[in-house]
Amino acid sequence: MPETLKQERSLQDLKEKARSLRLDVLEMTTRAGSGHPSSSFSSVEILTALYFGDILRYRSHQPNWPERDRFILSKGHAAPLLYAVLSHAGYFEREMLWRLRQVDSPVEGHPIQNKLPGIETTSGSLGKGISVGLGHVLGGRLNGLKYRVYVLLGDGECEEGQIWEAAIAAAHFKADNLIAIVDYNKYQETGPISREMALEPFAAKWRAFGWHVEEADGHDVGSVIEKLKSAQAVTGQPSVVIAHTVKGKGVSFVEADYTFHGRALKPEQAEKAREEILCS
Amino acid sequence: MQLGEKAGLKPSKPMRDVFGDAFLELCRQNPKIVVLDGDLCNTTKTLAVRQEFPERFFNIGLAESNMVSIGAGLADCGFIPFITSMSSFLLCNAYDQLRLSIAIAGLNAKVVGSHGGITLGKDGPTAMAIEDLALMGGLPTFTILVPCDPTSMHLAVRAMAEHVGPVYLRSSRVAIPHIYPEDDCPFEIGVANTVRQGSDLTIIGCGIMVAAALDAAAILAEEGIQARVLDMHTLRPMDTQAIAAAARETGAIVTAEEHLLHGGMGSNVARAVGATHPVPMRFIGLADTYTDSGDPYDLLKKYGMTAEDIAQAAREVVAAKGETAGA
Repeated sequence: MPETLKQERSLQDLKEKARSLRLDVLEMTTRAGSGHPSSSFSSVEILTALYFGDILRYRSHQPNWPERDRFILSKGHAAPLLYAVLSHAGYFEREMLWRLRQVDSPVEGHPIQNKLPGIETTSGSLGKGISVGLGHVLGGRLNGLKYRVYVLLGDGECEEGQIWEAAIAAAHFKADNLIAIVDYNKYQETGPISREMALEPFAAKWRAFGWHVEEADGHDVGSVIEKLKSAQAVTGQPSVVIAHTVKGKGVSFVEADYTFHGRALKPEQAEKAREEILCS
Repeated sequence: MQLGEKAGLKPSKPMRDVFGDAFLELCRQNPKIVVLDGDLCNTTKTLAVRQEFPERFFNIGLAESNMVSIGAGLADCGFIPFITSMSSFLLCNAYDQLRLSIAIAGLNAKVVGSHGGITLGKDGPTAMAIEDLALMGGLPTFTILVPCDPTSMHLAVRAMAEHVGPVYLRSSRVAIPHIYPEDDCPFEIGVANTVRQGSDLTIIGCGIMVAAALDAAAILAEEGIQARVLDMHTLRPMDTQAIAAAARETGAIVTAEEHLLHGGMGSNVARAVGATHPVPMRFIGLADTYTDSGDPYDLLKKYGMTAEDIAQAAREVVAAKGETAGA
């Protein structure tokens, strides 16, 4: 098979994977009756690229493999998506997904380290991911290991001061195996970011802090993979991939209503959403 | 009068220098120890480690939140991070990070807060840690250590590295006396030490206030009152058994700490006493206030935390004990 055709086939598979993850997030949050489906939807193609697009090196049967690449979910409210991805990647049984947010279940509302295999850090209070990732970078250097560390940030999360403390430090330590990805869906809980706490000029801020910047179409898995590969090639400085996304991507009435941030869809809404995702 | 003088204790160095010695020794023995510094290694006394083991020393700069979460990442890589700064700056800036990145999953990370209490003195209330024990009390997976003398500091530093799980250690700036002989100090996390026998009441102290408690016991002995003194070097897990035994056997308790009374050692001791063997109690510590800047001993005097204050509280509980018995 010619190389280009192989790539197309593989991209088609990844698109199917993304669809399947979106359906899982929908079902998990609808069954739980709470959670953040729209923040998960906007990150689906990013995590698809990482876990299934040959970017992240991991062994689901050996979650603590010392040489694994690290994926750090800093925007912890996308937990349903992380759980779905980890189950698809073989870290744990799919049945676990339906226990989201239930008592006596390790599938917590936000990820808790050591509760389930594959969760690298506890998150939920925002702003910590780059710092934790930088700890893994420094630890990797001391241990003589050459893994990469990927950190997924929310855009609203970038209002946290710690993000910029960590940005200064990552550049200082020349952490070129640290790659941050911002799910730039342009909305925070209360409304549009441009209205609530504007981040622009966003790319310029990262550059000013000493980071290499790539911008991707965050819903085109191919684009995300390409930009992540460009970031992998950078030396001497950390990279950030600003992934332009749509909050609630895949479900028209969620895309159109940012107040879905912290709430699940009702069963009848979920049915409609499911049809849309299946037809997309 | 210096701490421990009345009790005839031999003076030693400032506690932070003792910590620095103990920590350098630990780093020489254990290659897994890494240091995270908030640009204060000169003052927290980790500078010697930076000089001897530069590859294991990370100055994260004036960014305590970042420092704590980086420490969590290093713990995940199998290292034992010692996250060090002046206690008030570290805990108050990075409480969210201590809670989220370390405490919730119970990572094997160590936090050392220097300049605990009011005896850092002249830098004033912005630099004092009068609330650190309450703050760390709010993080349920953290073990909390407050050693009182050079020997126990050395043992505490070693014990916290050996213990698997998050530990907070409080150090101070003021010079402390020797309470234990250098070759004879029991130190088991969660087990209080009896440093003076007595049957009329028990004074329970931690940190520098153990020396003050021994001074108070010396004052009381001249009046014919024999005080037991407990060194409560571990605030969590707290030695409830030793507290219950003290209440049962001596019938009255005074607590002494260099911390706010609200949420500190005394309130936790009271909880244990109330649940096991209620007896009259008094509490020496900082009432709901911030202090002035000033000489450490002037501050202890102004805010009612001297050996004489402890002795007065002891007289009161012993009297109250008699009233209870007579009723």
